[in-house]
This record gives sequence, C-alpha cells and structure tokens, in this order.
Amino acid sequence: MIHRIMRSVVCALALLAALQAHAQQYPAKVITIIVPFAAGGPSDTIARLTAQTMGTALKATMIVENVPGAGGTIGAARLTQAKPDGYTLFIHHIGHATAPALYRKLSYDAMRDFDPVGLINDGAMTFVARKDFPAKDLKELLAYVAANKDKVNMANAGVGSASHLCGMLFMSAIKTDLTTIPYKGTGPAMNDLLGGQVDFMCDQTTNTTSHIKAGKVKVYGVTTAKRIGSMPEVPTMSEAGLPNFTVTVWHALYAPKGTPKAIVDQLSKALQEALKDPTLKQRFADLGSEPVAQDRATPEALRVQLKSEIDKWGPIIKAAGVFAD
Amino acid sequence: MEFFDNIGLGFSVALSLVNLLYCLAGVFLGTLIGVLPGLGPTATIAMLLPVTFTLPPVSALIMLSGIYYGSQYGGSTTSILVNVPGEAASVVTALDGYQMALKGRAGVALATSAIGSFFAGTVATVVLALFAPPLAEIALKFGPAEFFSLMVLGLLASLVLARGSLLHATGMVVLGLLLGLVGADVNTGTQRYTFEIPQMADGIGFVVVAMGMFGLAEVVRNLENENDRPTIVSKITSLMPTKEDWKRIVGPILRGTAIGSALGILPGSGSILGSFAAYAIEKKVSKNSAEFGKGAIEGVAAPESANNAGAQTSFIPMLTLGIPSNPVMALMIGAMVIQGIQPGPSVITEQPALFWGIIVSMWIGNLFLVILNLPMVGMWVKIVSVPYQYLFPAILVFCGIGVFSLNNTEFDVYLMALFGVVGYLFVKLDCEPAPMLLAFILGPMMEEYLRRALLLSRGNPMIFIERPISATMLGLAALAIIVASLPTFYKKREETFRE
Repeated sequence: MIHRIMRSVVCALALLAALQAHAQQYPAKVITIIVPFAAGGPSDTIARLTAQTMGTALKATMIVENVPGAGGTIGAARLTQAKPDGYTLFIHHIGHATAPALYRKLSYDAMRDFDPVGLINDGAMTFVARKDFPAKDLKELLAYVAANKDKVNMANAGVGSASHLCGMLFMSAIKTDLTTIPYKGTGPAMNDLLGGQVDFMCDQTTNTTSHIKAGKVKVYGVTTAKRIGSMPEVPTMSEAGLPNFTVTVWHALYAPKGTPKAIVDQLSKALQEALKDPTLKQRFADLGSEPVAQDRATPEALRVQLKSEIDKWGPIIKAAGVFAD
Repeated sequence: MEFFDNIGLGFSVALSLVNLLYCLAGVFLGTLIGVLPGLGPTATIAMLLPVTFTLPPVSALIMLSGIYYGSQYGGSTTSILVNVPGEAASVVTALDGYQMALKGRAGVALATSAIGSFFAGTVATVVLALFAPPLAEIALKFGPAEFFSLMVLGLLASLVLARGSLLHATGMVVLGLLLGLVGADVNTGTQRYTFEIPQMADGIGFVVVAMGMFGLAEVVRNLENENDRPTIVSKITSLMPTKEDWKRIVGPILRGTAIGSALGILPGSGSILGSFAAYAIEKKVSKNSAEFGKGAIEGVAAPESANNAGAQTSFIPMLTLGIPSNPVMALMIGAMVIQGIQPGPSVITEQPALFWGIIVSMWIGNLFLVILNLPMVGMWVKIVSVPYQYLFPAILVFCGIGVFSLNNTEFDVYLMALFGVVGYLFVKLDCEPAPMLLAFILGPMMEEYLRRALLLSRGNPMIFIERPISATMLGLAALAIIVASLPTFYKKREETFRE
C-alpha cells in the first residue's frame, strides 16, 4: 500500500517537474512576429529593431514575417488563426485601433481576439508644406487655408494611413473640408510635395526629418504632446495654434487570444528589457521616435491605449464617412 | 577636379577587400535568385535584412545593391531558356529570347543579354556619378499630368509588342486594364472586383499573372506536344555572337541604354517602361523588324540593356532624395534606417564615402557579373537539353516557391495556376499575353495619375494640354495613332505581322 502511495507521489512529482521544465523551456524555438506591412517601411523597421533586441533578452531567435495587405488587416487575421503558444506574435501600429471603423467586414475583433503584450513606441508626425508655400507659421497657414480653402491641396498616403488619419483630424479641428490627394504610400506623396505638386501634408517624422533638415520642405509643428528630441526647435501643434491636436503613430506587440499569462508576462518583461537598450533607443531616435516608458510596455497599458484610441478615432472616421472596404 | 576626387573616394571604399567580397556575394546571390523563377530581389533582400544588421553600412548596401542588379542579369536567363519571366522587365526579353532558344541560339541570346547589360550598367553608373542630383530635381518636375501622358504613350507602344492581329492586341490591352482595376480604389478605398477575398484587396500581383500566363501556360503547351522540345538539343550552334550578330546588336544596345537610363530615373514604373519602350522602338527602327517575335537578336539586346540601365538609374531618387522608386529601393531605405543612416538629400554631403562607394561598387559589380556569367552561358544552355519530363516539374516547383514568397500566402499560388489555364487558352486563341501584361502594369498607374491630376485641377482636363511636357507626349501619342491609322501603313503592318 505504502509502496503504491509512494509510487503515485513519485509519479506526481515527476509530472510536476516535467511541467515545470516545460514552463521554463519557453522560448524553446524560433518566435515569429507577423508584421502586416511590406519589408523596409517604417513600421517594419520598428518591428525588426524590437524583434532583434527582444530576441537577445529572451535568448531566442525572433524573426519577422511580413504579411502585408488591406491596411494590415490580413496580417491581423493571420494572427487570430495562430496557436496561442507564444511562438507567433504580432506588431501593428495605430491602424489596429482604426481598422474596426475603417473596415466593415473584419473577420476578427481588434480588442477581443488579441492578448495585449505591451506598447513599443510613440511616433511623432510633422505638419509639412512645400518649400515655397506662403505661410510662415501654423497661424498663417490656418489663415491661408481659411481664405483659400478651395485652392489648397492636402496629400496623404492613402485610405487609413497615419497621414490620412492626421489629415482627417486636421479637417475636423479646423471644421473645414479640403481637397485631399491620396497616394499609394508616403514615398510618392513626399515626392510630389518636394516637387511642389501638392501644398501640404501631415506625415511621420521617419519620412519627413531629412527633408526638413535639408530645407526641402517647411515644417509647422509636431503632433506629439511634447516637443521631440530630434527637432527641439519645432513647436508642437498645440503651441503653434491648434490646441489639443495630438496624433502619435504608436506601435504595440500582441499575442493571439488565449496565450498563457506566464508567457505574456515573460514577453512583456523582455519587451521592457529591449526598450532600455541604448542602441534601440538611438535607432528609434533616428526615426524621430522614442520607446515608451517602462510602465506602458505592459498588457494593461496597451489594453487601455487600444480602447481609448478605438473610441477616439471611431467617431472621427464615421463623421468623415470614410471606409476602406 | 571634384568629380575625380569623388570617384577616387568611391574606389577606395569599393576596392577594400571586405567590400569587394560583399559585392561579389551580392551579385552572385542576385544572379542565382534571378535564375530561379519567381524568387525575386524583393523577397531575397527582405529575407537578408536581418543579416545586414551586423555589417558596416557601406558593405550592407553594396551587397544589397548587388543582389538587385545581379537579379536583373539572372532574370533574363529563365525568360530566355524556359519562357518564365520572373519580373516585369524580363517579359519583353522572353518574347524574342525564348524564340532564339527554340532555334538553338540560347547561348547567343544569353551572351547578348550579358554584354548589353554590362555596357548599359557602365554607362548608367557614369550618368549616376555625374548627374544624380540635377537629374533627381528634373524628375520632380514630373507631376501627375506628365505621368499620365507618359503612360498613354506607353500603352500605345504596347500595341507594337503584338505579333498577331491588331484587334487581338487591342482586346488583350483592354483585358489587362480591367485586371489592373482589381483591388481597393486608391481614392476611396472601395473594393473593386475582389469578390470579398481579402488577399485581392491590394490587387493582383504582377509576378502571379506573368508566371501564370507565360511560365505555366508554356509548360502546358509543351506537354501537349511531347516531341517538341528534345529536337532543340541537336540544333545548338555557337554560344557566342557571330560577327554578323555583333553588327546587329550595337545599335539596339546604345538606344536601349539611353532609353533605359532616362526612364529609370522616373519613380514608379521607370525601369519597366524602359525595357518595353526600348523593344517597341527597336521594332520600329530595325531593318529586321519582320524577325521580331521570331527570335530577333535586337529584341534581346535592346530591352536587356534598357532594363539594366534603368535598374541602375533608379537608385538616383533613392540616393539623392531618399524616395523609393520601387519596392526594392524601399527595402534599401529600410536597410539604411536600420543602420542609422537617414536617407535623404543629406546623404551625399554627410556620407560621401557611402554614396560614392555604392556607385563605384555598381560598376565593379557589373564587371563581376560579366566575368561570372559569360563562362556560365555554356552551363545554362545545357538546362534546355534536360529532358522536359524532369525540367517541367522543377519549373512548376520554383514558380510555386517564388510566388508564395511574395506575400507568404498560398492564395497567390492558386491564382497563378488559374492564370496558367487562362494563358493556355490565350495561346490556343492566338492572343499575345505581352500587351496585356504591359496594360496590366500601366493601367492602375494611369488611372491613379489621371484622377490625381484631375483632383489637382478641380476636374479641368485642360491640365494635360497646358503643361508643356504633358502636351508634347500627348501630341506624340496622337501622331502615333494618326500614323497607325493611315491606310497604307495599316496594310503594311498587316503584311508584316500576319503570319
């Protein structure tokens, strides 16, 4: 009898030890991060830098798989089909919060079907105009736009892009409808702004910084709440004359719904570790962005952020009557 | 002189042992992926990005550039040998290159392509070194109206690509335009002809259509006719161009280089338009225009030169303005950013070693490519003599891998299979896929530029005539139509091209 009890105890212990070993084993293989954009773009760069640095923290290999298309919703849908074992993750930007308003037929729920891991960065946008645009500062620009609202052209990088969101917010802030000229991506839009074919646009610092510094475009403000380190002389939009005008292109890391909490916590810790890395900080700064504070690289902070951004953009997009499908 | 100082700086960077090795690795890899149908430079560079993190920036970019222009060399190999164009620019090469291969002149076609590419690459490198900044400024003057008019001209040129009847060609152009409409409307985001399939929301990929209509359709056609292929083997003549061939290719190479260099600077479609335009013009000016489509060596020399020149000059907007003119350039910009280099107008002044190092490495890379490729011509040609029952499964597998690697989705593979069936039907109906493919590429861009120009002019179509560059191009297009519709010309065309 005692023998039998002993045997069960030994068995149970062995099982427990095995479980323990199993839990400690994560990550035991390559972790794939789905990035819903083409390789080489700003979001892809953010994701790759994060993946590389987190991989070091986790002592695992993290690879980026680009699943581009339909404003990032194809990649997001791909994640919801993945096994929630921590080996398939997802990095998306603000577009994850605007997709529910832009796409009427999403196969997933942006809140419910994702386990948030943590925020990565807050990317600033800049309001820029062609270099011979008559206005000297934002106040003059607003006056010029008010006087010439049928003549001015505002470019953006296509339906649902960050520059499109910023443009919608701009039109809703000045309560004026302007002619918008959509492009396929920020590259061609910037090309036409440099060539003076369009008047102004709002775009991520990733794309605008070098042109601003070379004097090829005029800058009127940054869209963050505070001035940014790479261009401290440029005022915020609030300071320049549009109070409460803030847009940030934030990126975040998600896991599929149902990923074990221990793994999510481990990932979130590795993320916090990665965001402290000086090289990563430097590269982010080069992109005109910075890693979020440690307490925001957490599941809770991301959940709050996602919810509040969905609530912020939903009405603006609905009022503008814009759909991407 | 400043120019020589700069070039000297470039040589000192590019000739360092490490950079020479990365250049060689890049062009070798580029040739390899160019030869594997479908696996293009975009997918390869995307996969290699993480590797470049650890390299010094100059070496990384030298290697990535090498992959890009190396793949342009390699890309023509499959077009010529098995009629599988892995990228847009090789579509034109397939027209006459594959015919040459069928006649046992695959070696000559491959050698011509390598020689033309080397010459074009050398010239384009000089253009890049001398005029990059001013040329980039000129390219900026091209607004939506100018681009639209250029596309109209390009579309008319596509009719020249056709071998058969004008009616068939026109029909194929219209079909290409319609296929190009698939996907989300750029202005409103409305889905067009997507059947609610999310993978179609961004349109149908070019490679999917091209490999289906050319590669798969050709495989099916060959299998239908079992005894067709082996007969080629006995007919392989010389590998190198004869004296007569040399005489015929000098002009096309020069013209192709000029056209390719000029169009390559324009963002978007540059290098693609270049090879199509070079072919179309060659077909018009050549003494041997009757041979086009049946294995004319000019039809290989001109587009191959244009294609390589365009690949090189397309670096101009990227290096001088930080603006990507195609997906590969977007990746290069990504690679620069990851290395901590902010692409843009400041690169020349702040990173002269990088800028001039890359330019000089391109010339060295082109030299490597000729040395690498000419001796391999003999080896490639043997591929044609592999029994087709072994060759065709390999073609199918590589097409499948290549297409899958584009978006990491199996949907594209099914779509390619569908286009294979369609392509086979068109072969039976005597309809040429080339005009359709050009319309498929140009259609969506034309629509985009048309609507953008009209948005900017608030709906006033006069914008196309008021702007001089645009007006000139529309004038040329009108002239082409008038000439084409003159009865004498029409009759002559019918005589020349009807088989």
